[in-house]
Amino acid sequence: MLSVTVRKQRGPFALQAAFAAPTPGVTALFGRSGSGKSTLIDIICGLLAPDEGEVRLNETVLTDTQRGTNIPVERRRIGCVFQDARLFPHLTVMGNLRYGATRAAGAPPVIGFEEVVALLGLDALLERRPRTLSGGERQRVALGRALLSQPRLLLLDEPLASIDAARRQEVLPYLEALRDRLSIPMVYVSHEFEEVLRLATHLVLLDAGRVIAAGSVAEVSLRPELRAIVGPDLVGAVLEGVVTAVNGTAGFADLAIGSGVLRLAVRDVAAGAQVRVQLLARDVILATQEIGGLSVRNALAGRIAEIAPDQEDSVLVRIDVGGPIVLARITRAAQAALRLHTGQPVWALVKSVSLRGHTFRAPRNPGPPSHSPS
Amino acid sequence: MDGILSPAELEALRLSLEVAARSVLFSLPVAVLLAWVLTRARFFGRMLLDAFVHLPLVLPPVAVGYALLLLFGTRTPVGGWLRTHTGIVLPFTTAGAALATAVMSFPLLVRAIRLALENVDPGLEAAARTLGARPLDRFFSVTLPLMLPGILAGAVTAFAAGLGEFGAVITFAANVPGVTRTLPLALYTAMQSPGGEREALHLALLSFLLGLLGLLAAEWLTRRVRRLVGR
Repeated sequence: MLSVTVRKQRGPFALQAAFAAPTPGVTALFGRSGSGKSTLIDIICGLLAPDEGEVRLNETVLTDTQRGTNIPVERRRIGCVFQDARLFPHLTVMGNLRYGATRAAGAPPVIGFEEVVALLGLDALLERRPRTLSGGERQRVALGRALLSQPRLLLLDEPLASIDAARRQEVLPYLEALRDRLSIPMVYVSHEFEEVLRLATHLVLLDAGRVIAAGSVAEVSLRPELRAIVGPDLVGAVLEGVVTAVNGTAGFADLAIGSGVLRLAVRDVAAGAQVRVQLLARDVILATQEIGGLSVRNALAGRIAEIAPDQEDSVLVRIDVGGPIVLARITRAAQAALRLHTGQPVWALVKSVSLRGHTFRAPRNPGPPSHSPS
Repeated sequence: MDGILSPAELEALRLSLEVAARSVLFSLPVAVLLAWVLTRARFFGRMLLDAFVHLPLVLPPVAVGYALLLLFGTRTPVGGWLRTHTGIVLPFTTAGAALATAVMSFPLLVRAIRLALENVDPGLEAAARTLGARPLDRFFSVTLPLMLPGILAGAVTAFAAGLGEFGAVITFAANVPGVTRTLPLALYTAMQSPGGEREALHLALLSFLLGLLGLLAAEWLTRRVRRLVGR
């Protein structure tokens, strides 16, 4: 468990944040720019001292202003991957990778050189200079360098922010592989919900220097606070389920969600894989009875758990689909016409193409035992 | 060169090179340290130290040479102590000429190194910290290599400037043939002696050539090393 309770004043900006991140696991610090994410990261790794508070990783007190404890950065064994990679320009990729490794000689080994090179696909880059690398390659090297310093915790400060969207695919799959293969806990800073959806197990929402919500990604996806950060269009329940059937030729897979089944338009998943999807509230249609004759492939039966105000002309309906909750945004006019009320049985309809599936963990994982998504 | 330069001219050239080289070797480590202190450390009197380091730029070189005499003259406490305890005598010696030259070109050197240090991304040093590098380790493994282009350029410029130092050298180390009579001193002497026009012209041209070579070398070296450290 990483627990952070800190206060820091930086000019007009006041950070006053407290959260706990389960270890192992990937905790996303999510918020708009200027919400205090990077300040928190700097405090956790020790580059910045809080005015007041405590940072504790498992049994180790890293910072405690009351007791006057503050372990210097270089002795914390916390790996950092910065937005701008910060590779040493005067060293080759190999030199960069070795930099942290040689200085971590006494630390309990977490991962070996060969493993890092294989896991991050660095073999062809070892003799290269940082300035000859693409943005994605740079971040992979930075990741490898941080891992080889044998960290107890890995902090990733928007590692994809300075890479253009197309090149992010050069890094994201590697991050997923790290999460699934290693047991190093990670804190991942991002302002892209897509990244959170793909990587995080746990989510901490930050706004104006304060934690406004925290919990598992699925839990926080239902919280109204999220809308303030991602905007109304990206509001939607995150659901996690196991792939029960795959049809490779037709390009779909069936995902068990609560008491129902969602059909996903994905090709590269195997039966048994854990998959996470987000059903955007604006894409969910409500029906008060089961209907046929529709091109919609997905109909999840459930009951209305709550109807909450959303925007001026719409409401957000929470539908309990046998455990998990699905969010649907409907107009107030439709709410009135259908006379929707709490407890009412309804069907949530979603087009299968509107699902963006993310393999969260592959079945029969050959790597060392790691965490299971919460 | 034997045909072109007389033995006395060659001697002056050799001395100039020696004095300039020794002056840079003396002052380089001190300049790196001072540049670091002036850039990174925050302490009372930093502005004063900064001004003091830059003083030789604005003082008459003769005044600097005179101040050195007052400080290191063999009858002074410091000079006397140096002579009895280390055997080092500075006035009227090649070492003294090198010291006077070092003091004069010191501001140049410190400025170049400071500029190099200011250009080192503190983010890289922070990254080194997170990778377990302690302060000295960090300085030698990250900061210094990244400063190298600036340090070398500063050193070559200071060397080139040191070849021509006149006022401070002649005041502190005098004009002793074969000991402290460097190029500019030899040039001055030639101009003062009847029939020395040819020699003076030789020495002036030589100084011009050396200065040009030095500046070109500084530029070339900077580019080359910058590429080497990947910037």
